[in-house]
Amino acid sequence: MINAVGREIPQEILDATGKKVYEGAYAYDNYEYTKAAPTVHAVCDPKRSKLVENIHEALVKCGIRDGMTLSFHHHFREGDYVVNMVMEEIHNMGIKDITICASSLGKAHDPIVPYIEDGTIVGIQSSGVRGKIGEAISTGKLRDLAIMRSHGGRVRAIESGEVHIDIAFIGAPTCDEYGNMRAVGGKSDCGVLSYAMVDAEYADKVVAITDCLVPFPNIPASISMVHVDYVCVVDEIGNPAKIATGAAKPTTDVRKLMMAEYCTQFVIHTPYFKEGFSYQTGAGGASIASAISLGKIMEERGIHMGLGLGGITTPLSDLLAKGLIRKIVDTQDFDLGAIESIKNNPNHIEISASEYANPFNKGAYVNKLDFVILASLEVDVNFNCNVVVGSDGVITGAQGGHPDTAAGAKCTIVIAPLLQGRIPAICTNVTTVTTPGETVDVVITDYGIAINPRRQDLIECMKGVNLPFCTIEELRDKAYAMTGEPDPVQFGDRIVGIIEGRDGTIMDVVREIKPYEFK
Amino acid sequence: MMHPNKKRLRRSMMFLNCQKPGLIKDPYIYKPDSIMLDLEDAVAENQKDAARYSLYHALQEIDYRGVERVVRINGLDTPHWKEDIRVCVAGGADTIRIAKTESAQDVHTVEEHVLAAEREFGRPEGSTLLMAALESCKGVLNALEVCQSSERLIGIALSGGDYTKDLQTTITGTGVELQGARQHMIIAARAAGVQCWDTVFTNLDAMDVFEEEVKMIKMMGFDGKSLVNPRQIDIVHKVFTPSQKEIIFAEKVVREIDEKKAQGIGVFTVDGKMIDIAFYDGAKRTIALAKASGVYEGDL
Amino acid sequence: MEIKKAAMAGTLESSDAQVTVEPGSGSIDLTIESSVIHQFGRQIRATVLETLDRLEVRDAKVTVVDKGALDCTLKARVECAVYRSNDITENLPWGGVIR
Repeated sequence: MINAVGREIPQEILDATGKKVYEGAYAYDNYEYTKAAPTVHAVCDPKRSKLVENIHEALVKCGIRDGMTLSFHHHFREGDYVVNMVMEEIHNMGIKDITICASSLGKAHDPIVPYIEDGTIVGIQSSGVRGKIGEAISTGKLRDLAIMRSHGGRVRAIESGEVHIDIAFIGAPTCDEYGNMRAVGGKSDCGVLSYAMVDAEYADKVVAITDCLVPFPNIPASISMVHVDYVCVVDEIGNPAKIATGAAKPTTDVRKLMMAEYCTQFVIHTPYFKEGFSYQTGAGGASIASAISLGKIMEERGIHMGLGLGGITTPLSDLLAKGLIRKIVDTQDFDLGAIESIKNNPNHIEISASEYANPFNKGAYVNKLDFVILASLEVDVNFNCNVVVGSDGVITGAQGGHPDTAAGAKCTIVIAPLLQGRIPAICTNVTTVTTPGETVDVVITDYGIAINPRRQDLIECMKGVNLPFCTIEELRDKAYAMTGEPDPVQFGDRIVGIIEGRDGTIMDVVREIKPYEFK
Repeated sequence: MMHPNKKRLRRSMMFLNCQKPGLIKDPYIYKPDSIMLDLEDAVAENQKDAARYSLYHALQEIDYRGVERVVRINGLDTPHWKEDIRVCVAGGADTIRIAKTESAQDVHTVEEHVLAAEREFGRPEGSTLLMAALESCKGVLNALEVCQSSERLIGIALSGGDYTKDLQTTITGTGVELQGARQHMIIAARAAGVQCWDTVFTNLDAMDVFEEEVKMIKMMGFDGKSLVNPRQIDIVHKVFTPSQKEIIFAEKVVREIDEKKAQGIGVFTVDGKMIDIAFYDGAKRTIALAKASGVYEGDL
Repeated sequence: MEIKKAAMAGTLESSDAQVTVEPGSGSIDLTIESSVIHQFGRQIRATVLETLDRLEVRDAKVTVVDKGALDCTLKARVECAVYRSNDITENLPWGGVIR
């Protein structure tokens, strides 16, 4: 069946998943459903301790068994030790058929690939995967379909009961013996625990894993003791050097600076750039450069950002400190400057992933965005974006909040250099659709800027603005003129994963790759 | 007849290593006036041949979108320059930058080979322009004869690194060591009616110092500067962009002179300043520069 | 042209390609490894074979390790390797078989 972004979703996949095809960005507005609920065990007896000796004991007490679904968060990014630590113990216990439902997985988790190969892990549901797990899925080593969900989509899937978490493992920078978890302090400071909040509320069993046990009460808590069954203290939950680095030096790459400047000029010429506007930007070089240059203009004109959203970096925190931003609501911190800011600035506030982006709650922050500045591996002439599957067909990225913010924002801007080596970023058909073109308004490249023809209003207000506007087809043609037209990837028949729309429908499928053959 | 591009705008002339495919594939997006594809210092001795194949295909197949394609060839004291000239002409380079030029004879030698190559590869005779880099005391002292050496010669460029070595000093950051060469070269270039470019500035962490240097060489009369990084381009263009005040004054001068000339009046005032025909070319240049910088909206 | 000895040109930097030619055993034996093989393998192969054909190389073992080079770079690297194998660096046929 062909979905609303023109992708053929085979009937067998619809049957196997019970899902529907993607019908449009807001097709599920006003959708009625009953929320799921976990099966929990009460702690009435004040003498009962939640502390366990080790991961093994936690697993035993949680009743670990074959076929369970376990959840993890990715606030420790490439410095995470928790996933590997838990999965190694599960492997040692001989448990099989586990599904991992993580907010994201990265190269840090390469060591679990053997557990995919030996059947310990049979399912992966994540925002995305990088490194060897991506290769393992793309080469057909995972038994079940991998499911790639946006941050908002993951909360929706958990709250609606589409996925049920048996045990949630929540790495906590600080925790007390009764399970009050905070993201700040300790050795593995990560600023916020936003992605793990839904896990704590909806999992049957919740295990806090910390390397910094602090006196009770550890409050205000990001995640409250009322959700926590066990507390396990380990030596290290992560590598601080990889959890948060110092603020990236602002890029000096002229190409990125040029795209950043185009982006800033575009933003300030829209009607949304006015006192109190809301804004989200990523952590890439061009995104950060555009936040910095936008900050200068805000300062010159005395315009304040009412709300800064998303994954937070030092430049945005600096604007908050200068009083140019009124509030930052935060679901992830990308550097130490952002972590310092959330500790010290009362206007920098931790929110849950549900508040951030869940399409099935009663209104998420993304819905209030004026601008979001995003990156993309590929954008096609229908403005569909691909942020998960590399141009070689291998899963190599994550949806993150990309589809959520694109759907929410009044003005969604994607910045992408036209070429990455020989790979054109603007193409006829993206390898895999992750973010539908109907939610993407502007594409900024080093070769020109294309406005989505659906946004005649934006086209109209850019008349007379001195920026290199062109059509998306012209951008593609410029790219192809240099690289030649790329051949489609030679996929195998087997479907190894699905790209889930934020509303739970199927946006696209990911097929097994096969070795390249010259024909 | 003068080559139509001999006096084109050349504020920013950016060096690129011919041997780096990632660099030469699309430098035009930074909008320099000229790129200088380097076969000389940037290319290792054992890669001189490889750089030529890359150069040939780049010149033939990459659309540089109107950016002037200058090629810096190896010095006349090397075994490479003859083949460098052949590939430049065959590929259709706009201009050849002669390294280490010391005399009019050096230019004549190159010119002879360029002409032979134009004949060999069926390119119009005289189509390949030349520029001369002065990199020694002798070269700098011979600036005037170099400037007057050839109809193909568009101008001279100072190469400060080698020049200061010859002078037995270094690039000090104060500019004092380059004062004489700069002053002498711009005078020679203007006397011969050709262009003149300043040397590179290599410290990319001192953009403010770079900007000061660009302002200074503009005041001295230079047409532009050799650059080593695209980050420098915008600064040069900004410095060389006439102010609105300068543009308005230039417009008045041009209009007044056009009008008064018809009436036979030689000297008059604009905005309280004494003006005569000697101001005409300068005012025209200001307007041309304003147009090139994209800030001119008038009808002159 | 004959491949007289093994020769190499190019680098393994992004947007470049490293091409090695060696004396063959009667025909063209081409091996391609590329970071963009899925999308451009066919075109890389065609470009390399066309370039060899123009140079009248009929008997060679050719290895290309491509890092996303554009066609103009691939041609340049193949030509350079072939002429290096013949120790030719001057009076090259620009615009002739090199084009």
